[in-house]
Amino acid sequence: MSLEIKTNVIQPRRHTYSHIAKRLGADKPATRYQEGTWDLQPTVNFHYRPTWKPDQELYDKSLTSIQMEDWYTFNDPRQMYYGTYTMARHKMMEAEESHFKFIDKSNMIGLMDADWQQKIKTFLLPLRHFEWGANMNNCDCSDKAYGTAISQVALFAAMDRLGMAQIISRVGLLLDDNTGKSLDQAKVDWLESDLWQGVRKMVEDSFVLDDWFELLVAQNLCMDGVVFPLFYHYFEDAGIRQGGTAMSMLNEFMQDWGKDEKRWLDQLLKVTAAESAENAALLSKWAATWTERAVTAFTPIAKHVLGDEAADVMSSIRAEITKRAKKSGIEI
Amino acid sequence: MAEKRKKKLGIKQRYSMLTRGLGWDTTYQPMDKVFPYDNYEGIIIHDWEGWEDPFRLTMDAYWKFQSEKEKKLYAVIDSFAQNNGHLGITDARYVNAIKLFLTGVSPLEYQAARGFTHVGRQFRGVGPRVACQMQAIDELRHVQTQIHSMSHYNKFFDGLHSAPHMHDRVWYLSVPKSFFDDARTAGPFEFLTSISFAFEYVLTNLLFVPFMSGAAFNGDMATVTFGFSAQSDEARHMTLGLEVIKFMLEQDERNIPIVQRWMDKWFWRGTRMLTLVGMMMDYMLPKRVMSWREAWDIYFTEAGGALFADLARYGIKPPKYADIATKEAEHISHQAWNIFYNYTHAAAFHTWIPEKEELDWLSEKYPDTFDKYYRPRLEYLDKEEKAGRRFYNDILPMLCQVCQIPMGFTDMDDPTTISFHSSEYQGNKYHTCSHGCKDIFDYEPEKYVQAWLPVHQIYQGNCGGAEVPDVLKWYNFNLGADNMEYQGSPDQKLWDEWQAHRKKA
Repeated sequence: MSLEIKTNVIQPRRHTYSHIAKRLGADKPATRYQEGTWDLQPTVNFHYRPTWKPDQELYDKSLTSIQMEDWYTFNDPRQMYYGTYTMARHKMMEAEESHFKFIDKSNMIGLMDADWQQKIKTFLLPLRHFEWGANMNNCDCSDKAYGTAISQVALFAAMDRLGMAQIISRVGLLLDDNTGKSLDQAKVDWLESDLWQGVRKMVEDSFVLDDWFELLVAQNLCMDGVVFPLFYHYFEDAGIRQGGTAMSMLNEFMQDWGKDEKRWLDQLLKVTAAESAENAALLSKWAATWTERAVTAFTPIAKHVLGDEAADVMSSIRAEITKRAKKSGIEI
Repeated sequence: MAEKRKKKLGIKQRYSMLTRGLGWDTTYQPMDKVFPYDNYEGIIIHDWEGWEDPFRLTMDAYWKFQSEKEKKLYAVIDSFAQNNGHLGITDARYVNAIKLFLTGVSPLEYQAARGFTHVGRQFRGVGPRVACQMQAIDELRHVQTQIHSMSHYNKFFDGLHSAPHMHDRVWYLSVPKSFFDDARTAGPFEFLTSISFAFEYVLTNLLFVPFMSGAAFNGDMATVTFGFSAQSDEARHMTLGLEVIKFMLEQDERNIPIVQRWMDKWFWRGTRMLTLVGMMMDYMLPKRVMSWREAWDIYFTEAGGALFADLARYGIKPPKYADIATKEAEHISHQAWNIFYNYTHAAAFHTWIPEKEELDWLSEKYPDTFDKYYRPRLEYLDKEEKAGRRFYNDILPMLCQVCQIPMGFTDMDDPTTISFHSSEYQGNKYHTCSHGCKDIFDYEPEKYVQAWLPVHQIYQGNCGGAEVPDVLKWYNFNLGADNMEYQGSPDQKLWDEWQAHRKKA
C-alpha cells in the first residue's frame, strides 16, 4: 500500500517557457538547467556599437572563426547552472578544508623531507600565477562567447581558477607559517626564474589572442591538459617517495576539478568538431599549436622535479591529449 | 614535539596574499595590449593598488555562503510550486507586476552578468577585477533564480512565456534594453558608474526593492524569498558601486568632471527607466506598499541627498535635473499608466482602471495632482469602457531618441502640454522628451543616432509586417490572452474560477 496525500490539483496551462518548448519540440516539463540557460542571451536589435570596439556587436558570432548553426548545440553534461554549480563546488571545498585542518593539526608538512618542501615552493607556488592567467582567459572566453551555454561554463571555470589560485596560495602559507614569504619568492620565480619564463610567455601570449575559441582550446585543452596530470599526478607520485603525502590530500580539489573540466570541455569540442569539417580543421590546428607550446613550456619544470623521467612523462602527457582530442573528433 | 607558533593573519592581509598578489605586470606582451580598454575614457589611474577591496571574499567562503543561500531558496521555490502558491496572492492583477519584472528586469540581470564579466577581464587592477567577476556570477544567479521562481507563474498565467524574445523586440522593453546596451557599450569605468553606482547604489531602493516589497505585500512568497536571498549580494554590489566612485575621484582631480557628467547622465537615464517601477507601485499592486512619490522622497531626496552631501568633499554635485525629477514624481506614474492603458493591446501585460478605493488612495497620496489632472481622465475612460467603448490607441507614438519612452510626458510646470525637445545632427532631426535626454543626446549624438527605435523599425517594415497584429505575432504574443484589458482576460476568468473553487472547498 502506498501513502497518498490528496492535494488540490490545478491543471497548468503550459509546462515551460515558449522558447524552451520550441527547443524541446513540445510543451513539456523542462529542467532548471534548460530554463536557466537556453536563449537567455540577447541575439538581435542591439542599440549601440561598443565604444571600445565599434566593429563588433555586443554579442557577436564573428568573434570566433568557429561557426555553429545553433550555439546551444552544446549542453553542459554536468547540467550546471548557478545553484548546482555553487553547491558542487562547496562540497569539493568542504573536503579540501578538512584536509587543510587535518594537515595543520597533525603537522604533516613537517613530515615532508625538507628538500621536497623546498621543491614544492619552486614548482607549485608559482603555478598560482598560471591559475590567475587561466582565470583571465576563461573570463575573456565568457565575455566573448556566443550563447549562455558556453558563456556560463567559462564563467564558472574562471571563478574556479581563482579558487585554485587561492588553494595553492594557502599551501604556500602552510609552508611558510603564514608569513607569505614563500608567495613573494614564488612571484619572483614566476617573473624571473628561467624555469618559468617559457610558461609565462605562453600565458601572456594567450592573453592577446583574438579568437576566443582558440583561447578556450589553448587554455583548457592544451595548457590544462599538461598541467593537471603533470602537477597533480606525476609530481604527486614523486612527492610520495619523499614524505609528501600531505600534498596528495591537498591536491584532491585540483584532481577532481580536472576530471570535471574534461566532462564539459570534451563534450564542447565534440559537438563543435562534429558541426563541420571547417570547425574540426580549426580545432585541430589550434590544438596542435598549443599542445606543442604547452609541452615545451612545461618541460623545464618537469625536468626540475622529475629529472630523467621528465621526457617520458611529457611524451605520455602529449599522447594523452592527442588521444582525448581524437575522441572528440580532433586530429593533432 | 613542540607546537610551532604560527603567525595569525588578519582578514585584510590574508585576502591580499590570496588575491591581490596574484597579478603581475606583463612583459612579453605590453600591458596596453593585454588591457586595451581601460584608459580610453580619460580616467586617470596612478596607482591600481589604491583600490580598497569593497568585500574580501575568497572563493571558499563565496561557495559556502552562496550554496547555503541557494539551497534554502530552491526549497522555498519547490514548496511554492508544490502547494500552488499562486493561489495565495492578493489578486491576479498582481501577476502583471511579475510579467513586467520577468520581461523587463530579469534580462537586465543577464546583461549585467555579461557586462561585469567584460570589465572583470578588462581592468588592469586585480582588486576591481575580482570584485567585478564576483558580481558577474552573482548576476547570473539573479537571472537564473528569477526565471526559476517565476517558472511556476508561467504555468498558470499569460504574458510570461517569451521573456528573452520579447526583450529583444517589444517596444516598451526597448526602454530597459537600451539602458543596459548603453551602459555595456560604454567604457569600463562608465559601465561601473552607470550600473554599480547609479543603478545599484543610488537607485536600487527604487527598483529592486519596490518589486520585492510588492511581492511581500501581495503574498508572492516565491519572489519575496528570492528578494531576501539576493539581499546580501546586493549589499556587496552597492559597496562596489561606492568604491569605484571614490577610487576614480581620489586618483586624479581631472577625473572629477568626467565622473560628474556620468552621474548626471546615468541619474537621468535611471529615473526615466524607473517610470515603469513608479507605475507598477501606484497602479499594479493590489495591495500597495507606498506611493512612488513617497518612495522618491525617502530613497532619493533623503538617502540620495545624504550620499551627495558626502561626495561633496570630492567636488561632486548632486545630479543635474534632480529638481525636475523630484517634480516629476508627482506625475510620471499616472502619465505612464495612461500610456500603457492606451497601448495595452500591444503590451504583454494587462491594464485596467483602478477600483474606487484605489482611486481614493491615489487622491490621498497625490493631493496636489491626482484629482486635478489624472482622476477625471481615468473616470472618463472607465465610463467609456463600461459603455462598451474600451479605448485603445491605434496610432503609434513618437519615441524619445534617448530613453525610448513614448513622448507622452508633459512639461512639469504645465501638465497639459507635452514636453518636446529636438536636436539636429548631420542633417537629421532627433526628438527627445526632456532636457535630461536632450543633454545626453547632444553630448554623444554619434551613439544615440544608432538607437533601434521600435516605432521607426515598425514603420520601416522590420517587425513582422505592416499591421499591428503582424507586429504582435512577431513579438510572439498570444493575441487576446497576453495583451488587452484585464477585465475579461483569460487570466481574470481563471483566477475567478480558482477563487470560487477554493470557497466551495
